[in-house]
Amino acid sequence: MTAAGGGPGAAPDPARRGAPPRVTPATDRLQRLLALVPYVVSRKVVGLADTAAAFGVSERELVDDLNLLWCVELRAPDPYCPIDLSYEGGEIVVSEAESIDRPLRLGVDEASALLVALRMLAEVPGLEDRSALSRTIAKLEAAAGTAGAAAAQVTVQVDDRARSAAAQVRDALERGRRLRMSYYVPGRDEATERDVDPMRLLVVEGRTYLEGWCLRAEAVRLFRLDRVLDLAVLDEPASVPARAQPRDVDQGLFRPSADDVRVDLELSAAGRWVAEYYPCERVEELGDGRLRVGLRTPDTRWVRRLALRLGEDGRVISPAELAASVREDAAAALSQYA
Amino acid sequence: MSRRKTERLLSLVVCLLSAGKYLTASQIRQAVPGYPESFDAFKRMFERDKDELRELGIPLETGVAAAADTEPGYRIPRQAYVLPEIRLEPDEAAVLGLAARVWRRAELAGAAAGALLKLRAAGIDAEETTQPGIEPRLQTGEAAFGPLWEAVRDRRPVSFGYRAAGRSSLQERRLEPWGVVNRHGRWYVAGLDADRGQTRVFRLSRIEGPVSLCGPAGTVTVPPGAGVRDLVREWDTGPRARRSAVLRVRHGAGYGLRRGASAVGPDPRRAGWDLVEVPFSDVGWHSEHLASFGSDVVVIEPADLRDAVIRRLKGALA
Repeated sequence: MTAAGGGPGAAPDPARRGAPPRVTPATDRLQRLLALVPYVVSRKVVGLADTAAAFGVSERELVDDLNLLWCVELRAPDPYCPIDLSYEGGEIVVSEAESIDRPLRLGVDEASALLVALRMLAEVPGLEDRSALSRTIAKLEAAAGTAGAAAAQVTVQVDDRARSAAAQVRDALERGRRLRMSYYVPGRDEATERDVDPMRLLVVEGRTYLEGWCLRAEAVRLFRLDRVLDLAVLDEPASVPARAQPRDVDQGLFRPSADDVRVDLELSAAGRWVAEYYPCERVEELGDGRLRVGLRTPDTRWVRRLALRLGEDGRVISPAELAASVREDAAAALSQYA
Repeated sequence: MSRRKTERLLSLVVCLLSAGKYLTASQIRQAVPGYPESFDAFKRMFERDKDELRELGIPLETGVAAAADTEPGYRIPRQAYVLPEIRLEPDEAAVLGLAARVWRRAELAGAAAGALLKLRAAGIDAEETTQPGIEPRLQTGEAAFGPLWEAVRDRRPVSFGYRAAGRSSLQERRLEPWGVVNRHGRWYVAGLDADRGQTRVFRLSRIEGPVSLCGPAGTVTVPPGAGVRDLVREWDTGPRARRSAVLRVRHGAGYGLRRGASAVGPDPRRAGWDLVEVPFSDVGWHSEHLASFGSDVVVIEPADLRDAVIRRLKGALA
């Protein structure tokens, strides 16, 4: 609330003056309370601990919420308390919920977030439960009503060239089997043979990856499924070592390590795409659309290939040895045309 | 302070939902505790409360109970308020839980969590847990995503600074956006370019600076069958390959080229090399791709592609 509206006890909040109403702590809590009552009503009786966990609050906060609900009072025409509940013995029961016994309908952003995500899942290779997906989408569309319409304005297309590989990986995951594959590494233009114990499928940035324990590297590796040249599910059981750590997808798929080589490149306007395709730790505008970027990599072979591709649109600034290798590569390639 | 406000807003919602008819401001003031004594202060606080409830998606309507009434009244029709009945089978609840994870830490994460909360409140046991072995995510690292989503949602025109591929300068573009598309992990917006009068596709990562919403809601009309998805696909994949190149490729190299080749055979004139025929359309892009193979790939024909590769390599040598 703003200072202008302040009655006794209403503290001013200058940051909100003149701004359109946004979700504030008070409205945030209101949303929770409006969901809490139907949550209990639809389940008849629920435990305090379970409910606190479901709403992501502590038990103390939950009890405070319940007390607040119980204290709601309307004064006219006659004073009465519309909500009656108890939480004795750690079990919540709502005996009187008045008109808030059902949840509020979905907002446009809420309906869209779920519908866009569900429609994306329908494109994910290897996710076989298409019937459950289409049933869920239909039910959610019906429940969302007009709020669901805007979701059609956002579409997600997942690269589906790897459909059959994804199905095989799912099969190996379900049966706990080892995979043998031939994998293409475009950065080095190499096909490598590997045995991999699968951990999970990731669908990130529109591509499907297998995350697994690579027996050759003796480490967790990511494999982009559209680069798998050949794949077989072995009879051998998979045994992912206990020390194998799945990566935190929300921190980004590719994280540089301290041991990586730092490469600096200068790019013309035509070479700017490099900054879009590769995770750069530094990007500096040089004017006229030119960029200087710094990236870290454990293996500089792909940078040599990148530099050849860029030609005059990119230049390796450092390390100097890498710049020299690029010139050697270019000279060797040109000699074939002599 | 916050607790008192929550109490007041909650009482207001219950009061307007239960009344079943329009209540005037004075009636509301009498029924709902927590409003200030002074009528002016009450009015200001009540105005803001109404805005905040609407902001949460609560259908608070204004009207009059009878034609003769002069004072406006307020109500929340139960039918417009409640989430319609929805029941999900366990397998459906599982995919819903998976879907709610998709936006984690991305633009609509809060919206997805809010939706899941309401569906749980409707009695659905959808946990935000993993389906074993699969983890799907959408990222929205581009700053332009938020405003463009608002624009397509509310059908409003936008303008933004755009740096087209290979351009050194920034152009101001005005767009009637029809849809936002994520294709293979990259976000695009497609619509009618207001200055050019033609459909255009823009990549969000090339938008620089703020996106301005520059018209009222509902002023953009998306033509039926706009095919936003197809527009982006065409933009992304370029024209169909119509030409063919003959390459000499060293044994054990050029896997990527061999996969897309129309013909592969040993080079009769040079041992240890193959002749590989590949389709292509764009000399520029394809010459860059071929140059990246260095001395493992030599273009035999056509001459323009061969010259373009040589130019690339000379550029890298300089």
